[in-house]
Parts: sequence; C-alpha cells; structure tokens
Amino acid sequence: MKRIVIDPVTRIEGHSKITIHLDETGAVAHAQFHVTQFRGFEKLCEGRPFHEMPSLMARICGICPVSHLVASAKACDELLAVRIPRVAADLRRILNLAQLVQSHALSFFHLSSPDLLLGMDADPAQRNLFGVLQANPQLGRDGIRLRQFGQQVIEWMAGKRIHPAWVVPGGVSHPLEPEVRDRILAAIPEVREIALRTLAWFKPKIEDFRQEIRVFANFPSLFLGLVDRDGRLEHYDGQLRLSDSAGKIVTGALDPARYGDYIGEAVEPWSYLKSAYYKPAGYPAGLYRVGPLARLNLCDGCGTPLADQEWSEFRDLERGAVLSSFHYHYARLVEVLYGIEKIEALLLDPEILDRRVRAVAEPNAAEGIGISEAPRGMLLHHYRIDAQGLITYANLIIATGHNNLAMNRGILQAARHFVTDGALSETALNRVEAVIRAFDPCLSCSTHALGEMRLEIDLLAADGGLLDRVRR
Amino acid sequence: MTPTPRVKTFRIDGRDVVGREDQTVLEVARENDIRIPTLCHLDGLTDIGACRMCLVEVQGWGRLVPSCVTKPEEGMVVVSQSERLARYRRTILEFLFSERNHVCAVCVSNGHCELQDLAEEVGMTHVRVPYRYPGLAVDASHGRFVADHNRCILCARCVRVCGEVEGAHTWDVSGRGIQSLVITDLAAPWGESDTCTGCGKCVQVCPTGALTEKGHSVAEMSKRRQFLPYLATMREGRR
Repeated sequence: MKRIVIDPVTRIEGHSKITIHLDETGAVAHAQFHVTQFRGFEKLCEGRPFHEMPSLMARICGICPVSHLVASAKACDELLAVRIPRVAADLRRILNLAQLVQSHALSFFHLSSPDLLLGMDADPAQRNLFGVLQANPQLGRDGIRLRQFGQQVIEWMAGKRIHPAWVVPGGVSHPLEPEVRDRILAAIPEVREIALRTLAWFKPKIEDFRQEIRVFANFPSLFLGLVDRDGRLEHYDGQLRLSDSAGKIVTGALDPARYGDYIGEAVEPWSYLKSAYYKPAGYPAGLYRVGPLARLNLCDGCGTPLADQEWSEFRDLERGAVLSSFHYHYARLVEVLYGIEKIEALLLDPEILDRRVRAVAEPNAAEGIGISEAPRGMLLHHYRIDAQGLITYANLIIATGHNNLAMNRGILQAARHFVTDGALSETALNRVEAVIRAFDPCLSCSTHALGEMRLEIDLLAADGGLLDRVRR
Repeated sequence: MTPTPRVKTFRIDGRDVVGREDQTVLEVARENDIRIPTLCHLDGLTDIGACRMCLVEVQGWGRLVPSCVTKPEEGMVVVSQSERLARYRRTILEFLFSERNHVCAVCVSNGHCELQDLAEEVGMTHVRVPYRYPGLAVDASHGRFVADHNRCILCARCVRVCGEVEGAHTWDVSGRGIQSLVITDLAAPWGESDTCTGCGKCVQVCPTGALTEKGHSVAEMSKRRQFLPYLATMREGRR
C-alpha cells in the first residue's frame, strides 16, 4: 500500500495534515485528516473561578473568540441559575452575528476566493488574496471591508476586536451607547450592498465547479444546529434540531443538557481532533454536519427579507437538503446577508439601549451547559463547579469536531476522484485541500490546541511507505 | 513634649530637597514631585521594604537602599533614576512575573493592576528568566472574596492593613523565601477564619488580582483605596 502526505494544508485556520493511502493497484484506499496540535484548555481551567471562564475560554481562538465568550457565558448563566435581561441576550446576539460576518468574510474572501475567482488550477503563486485583488479589485476590497465591518462592530460594542471581555456571566458588562448603535446602523447599507453584490457574482460561478460540487464531501448525512422557536435560522439561543438528507426533521428539540445521550466523541490515534457522532446511529455511521450548510438545511427560513429570498434559492439547488459541502461557501454568503439584516433589525429596537444588561447572582447550580452557533457550527461549553465556585470539570464540543467525520469522508471522496497514478498533482493537491477549506475548520479551536498554522498531505503506499508528501 | 524633629537638607537627582529626619527618602521625593516607583508601599501603612522597586543609589554608600525605609541624612546625595536602577527594577519585575502565574489577559484585575502598570512604566517587554509555573490553589472559601496565590507578589499589604488598620491580623506570611505564602489565621481556609471581619480592606489594598471580590469577570476588578489615608489620619488624631 502506498501513502501520500500533504503537509501542511494551506489557507485554513490551524495546523493539519492529510494522509492518503493507496492500495496495491495504486487506487485511493482511504484518507485521513490529522490535526496535530494539542492544547488542553479543558484541563487548565480546572480550579479557576467560573467568572473568569468566558474570557479564559475565548483565548482558545483569535478568529471566533466571541463564539466562545457567548457559549461560555451561557454556561455560566446556568451556574448562576438566572434569566439574563432580554436586551443583554440581544446584545450578545448582535456581537455573535458581527463575528459571523467577519469570520465568514475571512473564510470566503481571504481563504477561498482565490480558488473561486482564479480557478482551482490557477498558478499557486497567484492563488491568494493578492491575486484576487489584482484580478478583481472590487471583490478583494469587498472582502476586506466586510471583515472590517464585523470586527468594528465587535470593537465598538465590546471595546476590543479580539478577546473583548464584555460578555460576562449574567449578561454583558455595560449597555449599548446610542452613538455606537448609530455608527453601526450607518454602516449597514454599504455592507448589505457588498453581501448582495458578492452573492450576485458567486451564484453564476457555481456552474464552473460542477466537478467539485459532485465530489466535495457530497453525501447524505444528518445536519445539526440551532433554530429559533419558529424554526428559523438562529445563532445565539434556541432549539437544537437534527434533520436528515431529505430535509426532514429527525428530532426537533434536543435538550442541550442531555447532549451526552445523543452526541458521542470518538478518539482516533492519528488525530488530536475528536470525532463527534450521533450516538443513536453509532460510530462512525452517526456522521453529521454542522455550520452554515447545516443551518440553512435544517431551518425553515431566515426571518429577514433579503436572506429569505436567497435562502429559498439556495434550497432549490437540490431536492431535500443541499448535500455537497462545496455549497458551504454559498451558505456562508447567505448567512452574511442574514447577519447584516438581523443586526440592523435588532439595533432598530429602541429597547436595545436599555441600561439593565446584567443579572447578578451567586452560583446557584453546580453544572451549566451553554450552546451557541459559532460561524463553523454548533459550539457547546459544559462546566461543573464546586461549592466555592471553582471549576472542577469542563468539556467543550467544537464545530470542527462535529464536522470531523464528514471532512475525513470528504477528502476520501475527493482523493478518489482527483488522485491518479499514485502521485499528487497540483490539481489534486489543491482540490483535496479545498474540501477541507469548504468546511472552514478552525483547528486551534477544535483541539483547543497551540501550534503553527500549516497543513501537510501524505500519500502512502500499500505497505505503508511514504510515496509523496506535500508540505506548505 | 516631644522634641521637634530636626530638618535635613540633601539632594535627590541633583535637586536640593529638605525633609524631616523622621520622614523617608521616598516621602521627601514625593513631596518634591520626584517619581520613584513602588509596589509594596502604600500611604497609610508601615513600610517594610519588601519589593525593592524603590531602590535608590546614595553616593558613597556602595550599596542600593530602599528609599521607603531610608531616613534622610544631612548632605546625602540620592540618585533615583539611573541606567543601573532601571535595569534592576526591570529585573525585579521579571522575577515577580516569573515566580507565579501572572496571566494578565485572563486576570480580573487586567487594566487595574499595579504590577502590570509598573511593567509598562519600566518598559518590561518580556521576561528573560524561565517561568516557574507553580501549581497554586485558589481559595474561594470566603463568601465574598477570592484569594488567588497565583497572582500574589508577597507585598504584604494585606498583612499590614489587616494588622495595623483593621486590627484583626487575620493575614500573615507563612514559609520562607520562594515557599512563602500569605495565609489567613493558621493557614485555615479564608472562609473558616475566626478572626476575619470580612471588611475587605485587604482586597482593596492588594496591588494585583490576588485578592479580589467575587462575581467579577476579567478586567472588571478595580480597587478603591481612598479610604486608607482617611482612616490613618483619623486614628493618628485620636491617639
């Protein structure tokens, strides 16, 4: 058996490598996505006062710290056993959406648009954001502006672009000032225009990627994510819904408190990233996907006018659920539009300036579970505290972990299609990487790990010998 | 009747200054708007020269002395700012940071911390010695306060304010050298202390996030110390 190694995988957030195993005939037998970092956040927070948890946990990631802030603060709200002020929840919701916009912009424009604009086979030296800025300056600028908008909203509201300490157990630390609201509202028309312009540019391009759509993790699976009480798209709080590849709801309201009953976490010796699976279906059959694609597949609509139009068009791509993970890109753009519209709607509520934004209490429960939708999918923080309020146990389930089985199956599918003659051509390399990129994994989060941001792919022979290794 | 203290004339950083013999060099410097960095010193508490941040050079003395416990002498020539002092002060801070687990980013006192402020003031950009990463426990047994030894710099302000101002003497220092720890009573959990009145003075005078109020998240704990000079003056007046 032969082995091809791609190391590191590029233009993703985190350090990983891919090993592709070939059988005696030189055909792809199986493929593995290895995440090679280890960080141990679940362990190092033990013994800390729970009030520090949101900010401590936010340090897991510089891209989606707000997601961790939110999920962690929600777990802490449960430890306090309080119902936080509605406005505080809405302010957290806006912050979470601002991060969704900036993170999706980063994934779509900075990391993936080189493939989408210049083509999967473009010169690798050009296949980056600078190449995009040369070939289509408007597109490049739009991406940078959109990401800036998300970052600025976070900075204006919470004081800091990365790792703000504003989200606290019980709510947020200070209310929204009118001038901040007005500043955000003033920027909305421009960024909404960017979102619409990008969708208009991208939708006709989809036809060019038929081959990729067919083999980029395109298979039936379950989808997991939050919806609001009316079944619409939701990122902050709501009901956990599981739907199938036909688009039917498998279960409408999973109880987050009992996640251990239905989500299992399998450990493989070749990766620090755990593989989450749906327990009733077993491992590895209980594969499910989370993130933008899953969210648009399982919701009954977005609840904002422009995004709803785009959503129905998106859902028309396929009968039932949209199954190709290539369409994560498209889903991301729809969510960006939704995020912008939703931020505006929330800010137009006059009560958003209410000064009561924090519930104060002593710890009243020994255990708390918080879930939210991170840009990459459902995020869960679970804590236990002792009588003094010190953390005794922490468990995190991260979006990229939910998608691990799907990513592994996706690279196998793509490798089978693109890897020929026992070698890794440039064409194959970028496409195998692009499968991973479509999921926009965040590896530092998913392993709560520390390391360099790289990816490598190994091509292994039937005897386990290394046939080809690509490092970046 | 106590004799009037005698006045001493001396120099700090080239300036002629005048102080009483019962004052300290630090006090005289401050009266003359000469900034000498301090950490364990706090107006209203007895000085103990623990942190060594206020070290100054005195011409002809051959060794550095802490200005907070050095009395003025007639004609002495004090230098409070020099390259050597700057180097020593930065090194002292680096040792303090390396000794325990001062992680500003996730500290409740981030942005309101005297240790952090001083590190900025002296230009400490990094720590050149290996960190010790001791595994120290957090004592959250008190109903309102938390003691996190990971962030303690052993300035003993808590010990002094508790003994000298509150009069409870709940806090003390146990162990020697690098094994030292501030303790409540005879190393009982703070929440079980028989002597603690729960006044919170120790929390307010603590320069770092070692002693804090419960319920604060990262960067939310700022200390209120305005009470201390008033209390000290009141008590002096009563004597």
